[in-house]
Amino acid sequence: MPFDPSLLFQATFWIELLRLMIPATGETLYMVAASTVLAYLLGLPLGIILVVTSPGHIIPNPWIERTLGTIINILRSAPFIILLVALIPFTRSIIGTSVGTTAAIVPLVISAAPFVARVVESSLKEVPYGVIEAALSMGASPKQIIQKVLLPEAKASLILGVAITTISVIGYTAMAGTVGGGGLGDLAIQYGYNRFRTDIMIVTVIILVVIVQIIQSLGTALARKLTH
Amino acid sequence: MVLRGFSSRSFVVFRSAGYGRPSVPVATDGEKGPFRNSNKGGKPLIQIKQLVKKYSSRQGNVIAIDNVSLNILQGSIFGIIGLSGAGKSTLVRCLNLLEKPTSGQIVVAGQDLTKLSSKELRQARQNIGMIFQHFYLLQSRTVAENIAFPLEIARVPKKEISIRVEELLHLVGLEDKASAYPSQLSGGQKQRVGIARALATKPQVLLCDEATSALDPQTTLSILNLLRDINQKLGLTIVMITHEMKVVKEICTDVAVIHEARIVENGPVESVFIKPQSDIARQFISTIFPNELPTDLLKELSTHRDSEIVRIQFLGSRASDPIITDLLRTCDVRANILYGSIDHLRSTLFGTLTLELQGNPTQLKEAHRYLASRELKVEVIQRAL
Repeated sequence: MPFDPSLLFQATFWIELLRLMIPATGETLYMVAASTVLAYLLGLPLGIILVVTSPGHIIPNPWIERTLGTIINILRSAPFIILLVALIPFTRSIIGTSVGTTAAIVPLVISAAPFVARVVESSLKEVPYGVIEAALSMGASPKQIIQKVLLPEAKASLILGVAITTISVIGYTAMAGTVGGGGLGDLAIQYGYNRFRTDIMIVTVIILVVIVQIIQSLGTALARKLTH
Repeated sequence: MVLRGFSSRSFVVFRSAGYGRPSVPVATDGEKGPFRNSNKGGKPLIQIKQLVKKYSSRQGNVIAIDNVSLNILQGSIFGIIGLSGAGKSTLVRCLNLLEKPTSGQIVVAGQDLTKLSSKELRQARQNIGMIFQHFYLLQSRTVAENIAFPLEIARVPKKEISIRVEELLHLVGLEDKASAYPSQLSGGQKQRVGIARALATKPQVLLCDEATSALDPQTTLSILNLLRDINQKLGLTIVMITHEMKVVKEICTDVAVIHEARIVENGPVESVFIKPQSDIARQFISTIFPNELPTDLLKELSTHRDSEIVRIQFLGSRASDPIITDLLRTCDVRANILYGSIDHLRSTLFGTLTLELQGNPTQLKEAHRYLASRELKVEVIQRAL
């Protein structure tokens, strides 16, 4: 059904649009924020471990590095839609249900955490090893090096990593509809695609574009501010 | 403790015992001046004993340090010079165990670093400052915060840190840059921050890994002067790795020449410069005191009869004696000056003079006897009789 421009002048159209969009946007933001935060809680330490245990780094440990790397690679190679379904029993054991917005957060975190670990790893590897050696030469402990050298020196790059992660989590949330997670992606499928509502489809896409733009701009601006 | 030539404010507190370490007495003979002969008196602060460092790679073992033993005296500026790949960087990095020796001992201030636990080693490292060719400052911290960094590591109380940072900024002449970031500084300023940072915990030793190699000649000189000042004011022992003989010439009291993983020569700078024992040392010296005459000149001179070409080297007060006039008055020879140079070895004058002496064998012999009596080192380069 082609879009009828005269709809734009009808109050009922706008009321319906807002009725659909506001909760969906809220669900998306909730899923994205919660999963990104939780993914960082898991992924940041993993990324740090990957870096410091790598050969020639402050606590080299090939066994830990390789095992962790392999697990991360396996999780990252599973397509999200498969993970979403495969994790249903796990989700139920944690949340109590496998359906709904909150339930969708579990597979989102499991999928985003390994991604975060790799993003963090690449940021931390940008810190020149000479700076770490300088700290070692002053008698810094591994903990002090992580807290006072690696993380602060990689701050700008880590912030950009957060923006990248958040944006890819937004992409994943589109599939959350599969487990009844709702959100903008689900709305676009249910209304825009299944019910041929091109108008709904366009508005969802516009909202998503705006969210992505805001996150990236914030990330870039913050990273620039932190670069000296 | 006597600090000679000491005029600046606030440095008296400086040489007190470092943070969290027992105080080690500083050499008190007062002989820190330019003519201090580092071979006599003093005690070794750093002892390297039979140090070996091997790397295993797919091509087999590479020996980076081959059984090196060295004593570095308290208060000296010890230069370690070598070509790239000679192992000098590995050697200096072994001194604070950034590089773990394959075998051998590193004794610093009476402590064998190779026998310490990792916690004890971290403590010991606070007594050994280090500066680097590429500075390695923390880009996310200001100058003052960079200098505060090792003090935070050593868990020095905040109040003390800010006082100490002030002192150090003053010491390296960067009071006005306290809140600048490293990216806003020039190379020389960055190295000054590096020095201040390395000295923050009041170490007894400062290791310099090619510290001036990334700097232009002018800046190199100012950094070397700063290091010499610090050495004299604080009695700090400095170990410098370099591939530039002019760095050694400028400030070192002692020098070791490293070649293909071994120390081939080692001694006070003056004696190594005057009597180099190895080819590699001679090569290094000739980079700053060229003494090769052009071959066509040598060829032409070789046709002269009853003449010889001699090189005379003199050091210290001898450099200001009118030796040529005296030589010609005392002995019946004629002299043709081919080449001469005079320069500083630290603060000692060091000169080279290449002469053609003309006279019969008896006259020449007498000339040699005269020069020997003036305690000059004479070397015959070419003889045509």
